[in-house]
Amino acid sequence: MATVKIPPVLRAKTGGASEVEAGGSNVGEVLRTLTSDHPDTSAQLFGEDGELNRYVNVYLNDEDVRVLDGLETAVKDGDTVVILPAMAGGR
Amino acid sequence: MATDQLQQIEEIAPFEAQAEIEGGDVVLIDTREPHEYKEAHLEGGKLVPPGLLADEIGDAAPDKSARTILYCRSGNRSAIAAAQLQAMGYENVASMAGGILLWQEQGLPVVAASGMTAEQRERYSRHTLLPEVGVDGQVKLLNSKVLLLGAGGLGAPTALYLAAAGVGTIGLVDDDVVDASNLQRQVIHNTERIGMAKTASARIFIEGLNPDVNVVEHNGRLDASNILPILEQYDIVVDGADNFPTRYLLNDASVRLRIPVVSASILGFDGQISTFVPYEGPCYRCLYPTPPPAELAPSCSANGVLGVMAGTMGTLQANEVIKLILGAGDPLVGRLLLYDALGTTFTELKVRRDPDCPICSDNAPEIPESEMGQFPDYDLFCAGAGGDR
Repeated sequence: MATVKIPPVLRAKTGGASEVEAGGSNVGEVLRTLTSDHPDTSAQLFGEDGELNRYVNVYLNDEDVRVLDGLETAVKDGDTVVILPAMAGGR
Repeated sequence: MATDQLQQIEEIAPFEAQAEIEGGDVVLIDTREPHEYKEAHLEGGKLVPPGLLADEIGDAAPDKSARTILYCRSGNRSAIAAAQLQAMGYENVASMAGGILLWQEQGLPVVAASGMTAEQRERYSRHTLLPEVGVDGQVKLLNSKVLLLGAGGLGAPTALYLAAAGVGTIGLVDDDVVDASNLQRQVIHNTERIGMAKTASARIFIEGLNPDVNVVEHNGRLDASNILPILEQYDIVVDGADNFPTRYLLNDASVRLRIPVVSASILGFDGQISTFVPYEGPCYRCLYPTPPPAELAPSCSANGVLGVMAGTMGTLQANEVIKLILGAGDPLVGRLLLYDALGTTFTELKVRRDPDCPICSDNAPEIPESEMGQFPDYDLFCAGAGGDR
């Protein structure tokens, strides 16, 4: 199981949880577990083509999965997957 | 040190020391700490702090038979050091009575820290004590020019600490007026100034805190037509903008001008911060190639924001700015720091330069001089994106 960190803008769709546990052998599977447990998150994370939306950054531990193997990046027990959309608030 | 040893020390008055120094063939030793030496010392004085006397005196005064005059602040440390030198076999040692204080009182010249007045030496003494800052670093701060994009939730605490730190020029871009709903977090404004332009309100606060700071008001919004001439006047930009079009415009312009940007954003109980130094690390577009849709990027005015969290992020921005100016420590280049105020946790993520970045990669198109001031339509690029506007 990996720990998925949910950004504030998605917490309404995970019942308020800021972290959820999700199983899967790679990042894509972990995120699919998340979207099947919390279906409302799906449209925010994935486009209609099944690819990760470009405006959502996903990190395995502290590394951007774009520089790893993307959704194919292998996940071990105890890893952390961070979902990070851009924020613009400054005032 | 036994009293009788100290009694055997030759003590000379400042004017006697001065005559000897002018006569030449004198080794002059300053037995104080480095920060004291930096602030002011006698010309030709070599620094040997008391704790390092045994280790360093051999280099500073290799000839034990040479005339050696020691001084400190008021004459105590130099007398003790003189006795130690005698015990080490130095034959012709004297301590200057009254130290550099009496020397200066008698109007004799010192080599003083350049670029700072007596008031500034006092005001910034807790900075100059730090080896990472020192007098040189404080002078750098006093000569630096920092532009704050937004005088609001992030800009207010950033401005507060940059002004206190003595950043010599602080520019403020904001087109808003102070509103009662700002005051829960925008600590440089106050109740009396509700309705006043934020840049004017910020000026009053900053000038009251530190008369060394020159405040430049840019009362308006940054857009493609004015961004380059404004940015060019500054060394560093602090991004506390409230919308994506401005953030992308700022990124693209700052990369063109090679000006570092300390960028933070806040929402609810969460904050993000990174430092973008063009071509040294990633830029904002390497991190966020495209803006999120509106439902994923609510504004603080719609969503709410914890005031003190804005303060935490703003002061982190000020910390980054000061490190960039000083060239000290490790700024958040290539790192994104997330702060969760509810859990009081920090998470650090790596940010890489994107080899396909349209702005800062090697493959990015060169911008001819004639097109430097031309930018794409960011409102179109960010259509559907969140933010206040």
